[in-house]
Amino acid sequence: MAAAGLGLCRLAVLASGPGPLRAGVWGRLPPLAAGPRRHAAHFTFQPDAEPSAHGQTQKMNLFQSITSALDNTLSRDPTAVIFGEDVAFGGVFRCTVGLRDKYGKDRVFNTPLCEQGIVGFGIGVAVAGATAIAEIQFADYIFPAFDQIVNEAAKYRYRSGDLFNCGSLTIRAPWGCVGHGALYHSQSPEAFFAHCPGIKVVIPRSPLQAKGLLLSCIEDKNPCIFFEPKILYRAAVEQVPVEPYYIPLSQAEVLQEGSDVTLVAWGTQVHVIREVATMAQEKLGVSCEVIDLKTILPWDTEAVCKSVVKTGRLLISHEAPLTGGFASEISSTVQRWAVREQPRSFLQLEEVPGDGPDLALGAAHAEEEEVLSFPSPSRTSSWSPVHSRSPG
Amino acid sequence: MRKMLLAALSRVLQGPAAAAAARPGAVSEVSRVVVASRNYADFASEATFDIKKCDLHRLEEGPPVTAVLTREEGLHYYRTMQTIRRMELKSDQLYKQKIIRGFCHLYDGQEACCVGLEAAINPTDHVITAYRAHGYAYTRGTAVREILAELTGRKGGCAKGKGGSMHMYAHHFYGGNGIVGAQVPLGAGIALACKYFGKDEICLTLYGDGAANQGQIFETYNMAALWKLPCIFICENNRYGMGTSVERAAASTDYYKRGDYIPGIRVDGMDILCVREATKFAAEHCRSGKGPMLMELQTYRYHGHSMSDPGISYRTREEIQEVRSKSDPITLLKDRMVNNSLSSVEELKEIDVEVRKEIEEAAQFATTDPEPPLEELGNHIYKNEPPFEVRGPSQWIKYKSVG
Repeated sequence: MAAAGLGLCRLAVLASGPGPLRAGVWGRLPPLAAGPRRHAAHFTFQPDAEPSAHGQTQKMNLFQSITSALDNTLSRDPTAVIFGEDVAFGGVFRCTVGLRDKYGKDRVFNTPLCEQGIVGFGIGVAVAGATAIAEIQFADYIFPAFDQIVNEAAKYRYRSGDLFNCGSLTIRAPWGCVGHGALYHSQSPEAFFAHCPGIKVVIPRSPLQAKGLLLSCIEDKNPCIFFEPKILYRAAVEQVPVEPYYIPLSQAEVLQEGSDVTLVAWGTQVHVIREVATMAQEKLGVSCEVIDLKTILPWDTEAVCKSVVKTGRLLISHEAPLTGGFASEISSTVQRWAVREQPRSFLQLEEVPGDGPDLALGAAHAEEEEVLSFPSPSRTSSWSPVHSRSPG
Repeated sequence: MRKMLLAALSRVLQGPAAAAAARPGAVSEVSRVVVASRNYADFASEATFDIKKCDLHRLEEGPPVTAVLTREEGLHYYRTMQTIRRMELKSDQLYKQKIIRGFCHLYDGQEACCVGLEAAINPTDHVITAYRAHGYAYTRGTAVREILAELTGRKGGCAKGKGGSMHMYAHHFYGGNGIVGAQVPLGAGIALACKYFGKDEICLTLYGDGAANQGQIFETYNMAALWKLPCIFICENNRYGMGTSVERAAASTDYYKRGDYIPGIRVDGMDILCVREATKFAAEHCRSGKGPMLMELQTYRYHGHSMSDPGISYRTREEIQEVRSKSDPITLLKDRMVNNSLSSVEELKEIDVEVRKEIEEAAQFATTDPEPPLEELGNHIYKNEPPFEVRGPSQWIKYKSVG
């Protein structure tokens, strides 16, 4: 409690300038230069250290780590099948390369072009007891299957009183901006699915995380949607264990401890906010606590709320449109928690400019527009949407 | 910087070429007049051709097995198909130079489909298709320079540079749609509006062999047949749905029969006359109130699915070569016209030269036109009288959205 009090005090000092923090320390950064610039990428991938706990490791990028996870699954679980559009030859992002040759065409097979059919069929496969791993070619195409996911997969166990379930279904889809994807190859639809109890939604930030989380999703007894950041498929390279290992779902990870502000993100944006944290430390002397949320549904409310109570400030950064984006869920939950846990504090909500804009992406600007539209280190670095302070 | 250099280069290159064209211009003009007056007497005004009989589903009679082609029509079709062919090849070139970015699905090989369809309908009829839309954008009246400028993302583009390859629109042409199969229910809706307004218009709703397996297509068949909508469903079967051949994707590859209770015809999509006659037949069927019809156009695309697909991992180079040498739509028309004295090789070559020039100019426009201003990024989200602000990715970036 003393520590918390200290934290709050420090807040009060920082916040004592006229108006919110903009006028103080934070306001010193210059405004972004106007005009389009062509960026190579809006982030730098930051690999994690090689793990020692899971045996021999191999250098893998994101799609190779996915292949490894699927390979492990098909070899250990004789009921496992993988299906989707173009998965047989290896998939449009090479996530299933070699699996058909290794495990046979009755275990790795193509479906026609019918997302609703793919997911509905996958639910049936899972209900009958096999492990079904369905691939939707791009997350942008998942909407014909939305009804099957929300109305069938999510509710199967509940409505049958636990007599049936499709827990062995996992749906994988490439997700997020890639620089040239425009309207229909860049979407981040996690917020749509977050509104649906009964399923789990998971987004990894790196190959190491991806393999462990995907294996956990496949093992999990609930239908899971696993979004893979497509821009990281080749860009992210790490040493990944060859044997299976499991990273628990619904557990956020504190990547860097800090005391002044909590930064929360998932997928590609984690690397952006890590860079931001470094920049903030160097240029502003601000200590950031960086959290990778990993599981969107059910999300680790405790980890985030505890962190905000410690630092007093929260910034959430995601690629999807701002209105109704998952950041709104996080920030409203944090407010409820903070009000409950710290009854004598009040929360002041500031502008939340850290998220993607509320517009669909045009194709023609393609790379430029996407890069301009998504939060990047140069734009994320100076403001805080939520902070609490004690009165007086 | 790069754009400035490119503009400078094109100005420099244009200079001597324009001068060279001006000099022999007078001479060629005269000789053309002389040639024309001489050739007019030599050419036939029309010719009749045998065309392939269409396979029929739930129909007693099909389209005619002969077609009359006039000289004017022939020249027009030839010019249009050649323009589309050269436009697509120019797009290929610009894409490889990274002047066009993003997604680009090319239509070369399938020219007979869009030109044949347009020849059989009125400009007041409606067309909607999927993402392989450049040909249709042209036949529906968009200028080549606007199409290329849209591909390069400039403000002179037909969608103001904000749509790109997959989202081109024109008068009575509803795009240009990215999600596979999603345009088909839209087409039925347009057909309903046609019927409702009673203006004797029909809607051509196109989709591919891959999309033919989407659920919403079948929902649409049912609605169109139930309400007798004036809709022609057209499946452009180019044998491959991205990289999957039709045999591996469909339980029944008789796409013209997939409408079940909807009558269907299977058409040779590489022969423009076949396409034209079949469409005329189908259009008449719809306009007379008999309800929808299904056409399968058997065609072929030379390029891969998109510019990121080399197109040879799922089919052989020999196959592509074979189609090019035996069934190329432009060559077929050319041979017909030349062999039946509707035109001469020289005259068609002249058209080629003119077309190339037109495409070059359009490409130059497309590479030098400025990009749409960033202030327009937020426009047209909603239709709203007072403009509102759209949050950008930072507090300094706000886009004004004007409806």
